[in-house]
Amino acid sequence: MTVSNLPILSMLIWTPIIGGIWTLIAGDRQEQTVKYFSLAVSILTFVFSVLLYLDFDNASASMQFVERVSWIKAFDIQYYLGVDGIALPLILLTCFTTILVVLAAWEVIEKHISYYMAAFLILTGLMNGVFVALDAILFYVFWEAMLIPMFIIIGIWGGPNRVYATIKFFLYTFLGSVFMLVAFLYLYAKAGSFEISAMHDVALTLQAQKLIFIAFFLAFAVKIPMWPVHTWLPDAHVEAPTGGSVILAAIMLKMGGYGFLRFSLPITPDASLHFDDFMIVLSLIAVVYIGFVALVQEDMKKLIAYSSISHMGFVTLGFFIPFTIVANTGETSGAIMGMEGAMMQMISHGFISAAMFLCVGVMYDRMHSRMIKDYGGVVNSMPYFAAFMLLFAMANSGLPGTSGFVGEFLVILSSFEASFWIAFFAAFTLILGAAYTLWMYKRVIFGDVTREEVAELTDINARETLILVLLAIVVLLFGVWPAPVFDVMHASVEQLINHSLQSKAF
Amino acid sequence: MSISNEILLALPELSLLSMACLVLVVDAFSKDPDHRITYWLTQISLAIVFLLVFTSIPDEPRLAFHNSFIDDAMSSVLKCFICAITIIVFLYSYEYLKENKLMKGEYFVLGLFAVLGMMIMSSAYSLLSIYLGLELMSLSMYAMVAMNRKSAAASEAAMKYFILGALASGMLLYGISMIYGLTSSIQFTEIAAISMTSVENSRFLVFGMIFMIIGIAFKLGAAPFHMWVPDVYQGAPTSVTLFISTAPKLAAFAMAIRILVDGLFPLVADWQSILMVLAVLSMAIGNIVAISQTNIKRMLAYSTIAHVGYLFLGLIAGTINGFAGSMFYIISYALMSMGTFGMIILLGRYEFEAKNLEDFKGLSGRSPWFAFIMMCLMFSMAGVPPFLGFWSKWFVLKELVASGYFALAAVSVVFSIIGAYYYLRIVKLMYFDKPDKMTAIKATKQMRAVLTANGLLILVLGLLPNSLMQICLTALAH
Repeated sequence: MTVSNLPILSMLIWTPIIGGIWTLIAGDRQEQTVKYFSLAVSILTFVFSVLLYLDFDNASASMQFVERVSWIKAFDIQYYLGVDGIALPLILLTCFTTILVVLAAWEVIEKHISYYMAAFLILTGLMNGVFVALDAILFYVFWEAMLIPMFIIIGIWGGPNRVYATIKFFLYTFLGSVFMLVAFLYLYAKAGSFEISAMHDVALTLQAQKLIFIAFFLAFAVKIPMWPVHTWLPDAHVEAPTGGSVILAAIMLKMGGYGFLRFSLPITPDASLHFDDFMIVLSLIAVVYIGFVALVQEDMKKLIAYSSISHMGFVTLGFFIPFTIVANTGETSGAIMGMEGAMMQMISHGFISAAMFLCVGVMYDRMHSRMIKDYGGVVNSMPYFAAFMLLFAMANSGLPGTSGFVGEFLVILSSFEASFWIAFFAAFTLILGAAYTLWMYKRVIFGDVTREEVAELTDINARETLILVLLAIVVLLFGVWPAPVFDVMHASVEQLINHSLQSKAF
Repeated sequence: MSISNEILLALPELSLLSMACLVLVVDAFSKDPDHRITYWLTQISLAIVFLLVFTSIPDEPRLAFHNSFIDDAMSSVLKCFICAITIIVFLYSYEYLKENKLMKGEYFVLGLFAVLGMMIMSSAYSLLSIYLGLELMSLSMYAMVAMNRKSAAASEAAMKYFILGALASGMLLYGISMIYGLTSSIQFTEIAAISMTSVENSRFLVFGMIFMIIGIAFKLGAAPFHMWVPDVYQGAPTSVTLFISTAPKLAAFAMAIRILVDGLFPLVADWQSILMVLAVLSMAIGNIVAISQTNIKRMLAYSTIAHVGYLFLGLIAGTINGFAGSMFYIISYALMSMGTFGMIILLGRYEFEAKNLEDFKGLSGRSPWFAFIMMCLMFSMAGVPPFLGFWSKWFVLKELVASGYFALAAVSVVFSIIGAYYYLRIVKLMYFDKPDKMTAIKATKQMRAVLTANGLLILVLGLLPNSLMQICLTALAH
C-alpha cells in the first residue's frame, strides 16, 4: 500500500484533533466509549505514522509527502507541510507516546476523563503539526497553540501547586516564543516569504544573524530547556499529572532540539559558529551541574525532571559541537556522528523519560506520594514492577544494550574530536546519571519495608504491564539495533551539516 | 456633483437620522414597560442602514458637501462593522436592561444617535465634520453612562467622562484652530498639500497636531490620557461599557486615520515619535496595572488601554499595510471585547453583577460551554494562536518590523507576555478553581446563541483570517 497520494501529514494532524473535539463534545456521560474511542484514535494516528515511515525514502534529504495550499493569500502564508529525516523519528515518537498516555490514564483519571483525553488528542495533533510545518507562521501557530492544552492539563489534573506551575510554564515558554515570532517577521522582510526553506537560503549579515540567533535561542533554549532557563521544567513536571509529565519530557522538550536543527543552525549558521562555545559551555553546565542537582532531589519526579535537563544538555552539545570538530579535523564525518548521536539521544530520552515518569506514576497511583523517603522495599510487594523499573533506570544511566547508551556514546565519541576536555565533562553524565538514578532506585525499591502501605502494595496489573512492556521493547530494540533511526535521518543530517557550514554572511 | 447625488452618498446617515427621530417619537407614545417596539424598531433601523452601506461600497472615493464628506471603502467597511456590532450590543443590552430594571426607551435613541455620530466620524473629510461627529457621539455616550440614576458610581463615572471628554474636545478644537490658522483650510487634502510645502510653518503645524493627537488619544483611551477609562468602564452599566468599548473605537480609529494620514501625512515623522511614546506608555500602564485589578470591568478597562497601544503600532509603521493592520486590530478587538462583556452580562443577575474576577470561579463546572467560549476570548485577547487576537498582534508587529522598528517590536511583545498573565488568571479561575455556589446560568436562547456565535467567530477567524485581512487591506488601498 502506498500513502504518497494520501494527504498523510494532514491526517496525522487532524485525525487526533477531530477525535479530540468529538471526545470533548461526547463529554463525561459515556466514559467507557470515550476511553475506547480515544485509544482507537491514538492507535489510528500511530498507524498513519507507521505508514509514513514505511513509505519514506531514506536516501533523500529533501522534504517528502509535501502538501501545499494557500492559507492566508493576503500575505502568501501557506498551509505547507512536509517531512524529512529529522522530523520523521519525532513524529513516530509523538504518536507512540500518545497511545501510552491514553492507556496510562485509563483508570487513574477520575475527574473529567473526556476532557483529559480530548486535551491529549488535540495536543498530539498540534505537536505533529509542529514537526511537519514548513511555513514559519504555520509552525508558530502550532507551536503556540500547543501551550493551551498543556496549560489546561497541568492546571486541572495537576498536583497541589499546579496553578503556579502551569502559569509559570505558560508564561516562560510564551516569553521565549514571541521573540522567535519577531525574528520570523524580520526574516520575512528579508526573504519575502514565510517558507522555512526560503529563510534557509536568505543571506544575512553577521550582526543580523546574531540577533536572530538570540531570538531563536530564547525560544528553543527555554523549551529544551537549557541551563539557566530551565527552572519552569521541574515545577511543571512535578505538578503535572503522569500523562502530562510524559508528554512534556518525551515530546515537548524535543521541540526545542528540533527548533535548533530546523531554524537556528540553517538560518543563522555564522551566528551558530560565533556562539558555539557559549552553547557548548551551557550544555556542559547542564550536564554536570544539573546532574549534581538531580542527585540531591527528594522528589522522584523532580529528580527525573533534572535528569531530563541534564540529558538535554547532551543534545545541545551534539548540535553545536560540529563546528569545532570540522575546524579540527577538516572532515564532516565526526560532526555527523555527533549530531546523529544527539538526535538518537532525543528519541531514546523520549522513551526512557516516558518510562520513568510512568513508573513513578504507577507508584503514585497507589501511594499518592512522590517522595523518595515514603518508599523503600517496594521490591517485596511489587517484584515485576521492580524489574521493569530496573531496566529503565539502567537505560536512564546509559547502560550499554539500552537505547540510552547509543546517543550518549556517539556524542562523547565525537566530542573527543573537538576537545578532550569537552569529552571529559560530557562523560560525567555517565557517572552522575548512574549515581542519581540508581541511588534513587536503591532507596525506593530495595531496603527494608519501613511503612505498612508499602507492604500492602499490589503489583502492576495487565494494563500497566502492557505499557511498560511496550517501552521495554523499544528501549532494548534501539539499544542493540539503532540502525533504523540512523538510516532515516542520515541523509537529512548530512545535508543540514553541509548547509550549516556554509557561511551566508556578506 | 449635483446636490441630489451628494444626498444619495449620505443616504445611510440620513436614514439613520430619520429612523432615530421616528424611534424617539414612537417610544414617547409606547406604553410597553419592556419597550419591545422601540427595541425592534432600533434593530430594524440599524439593519437597514447596514444594508444601505453594504450594498453601496464604492471602488473609488467620492466626496460630497464641499469636500467635507467622503464615501470610500474604509468608511463603508467601518460603518458596516459599527452597525453590525451595535446590533449585537443592543441585543445583549436588551437582556441586561430588562434584568436590571433599567429599561428606558432613551437608551436606544441615544444609542442610535451615537451610531450616527460614529458614522459621520468615519466619513468626515474636514476638521469641522469630524468634530461634529465626535461631539454627537460623545454627548450621547455621556448620557448613556448616566442612565442608571440610582447608582452613585454611574453618576460619578458620567461626570468624570463628561468633564474629561469636554477637556479633550477643547484640546482638539484648539489644535483644529491652529491648523486652520496656518493653512486657512479645514479640508484634509488642502491641509496635506499646504503642510507639505510650508516649511517655515511646520513647527506651528506640529504644535497644532499635538493638540489634535491629544484629542484622539483621549477618545481611544491611550495613556497618559486614559484616566477616565477605568472609572467609566467600572461605573457605567455593563451594557454601556460594552457599547463604549466596541463601536466608538472604530470611529476613533477612523478619526485618527483621517487626521494623521489624510490630513497630516507630511508630518509623519513627527507624529510617529509622539505615537511611539503613547504606545509604549499605554502598553506598559495597561498591562501592568491590569494585573492588580480585582474588578473584571476595571481589569478589562486597563486591557483596552493596552490594546490601544498595540493599535498605535500599526500607525507608527507609517505604511498603508500598517494602517490596514491597525484597522484589523481594532475590528478584532471590538469583536473580542463584545464577546467578553457579553459574557459578563450573561453571568450577571439582578442586583448581582458579575463584578469581580471571583465570580468567574469554577465556571467550567457551572457551564462548560460558556467557560470554553470565555477561554477562547481570553486566549484571543492574550494573542495566543489559533485565535483572532493572535493575528491582530501579528499583523501590526509584522508591519512594524517591515518598517524597521525592531526595538519597539521587542518591547511590545514583552508587554504582551505581561498581559497574558491576567487573561490566564481568568482561565485559571474558570477551570482550576471550585465555584463558591453552583447557580445555573440564566439567559434567553437568543443571548446564548449570539454569544456562542461570537465566540466561535473568534476561533473561525483565527483559523481563517484571510478574508478579514483582505477587507482591511483593500479598504485602505487608496
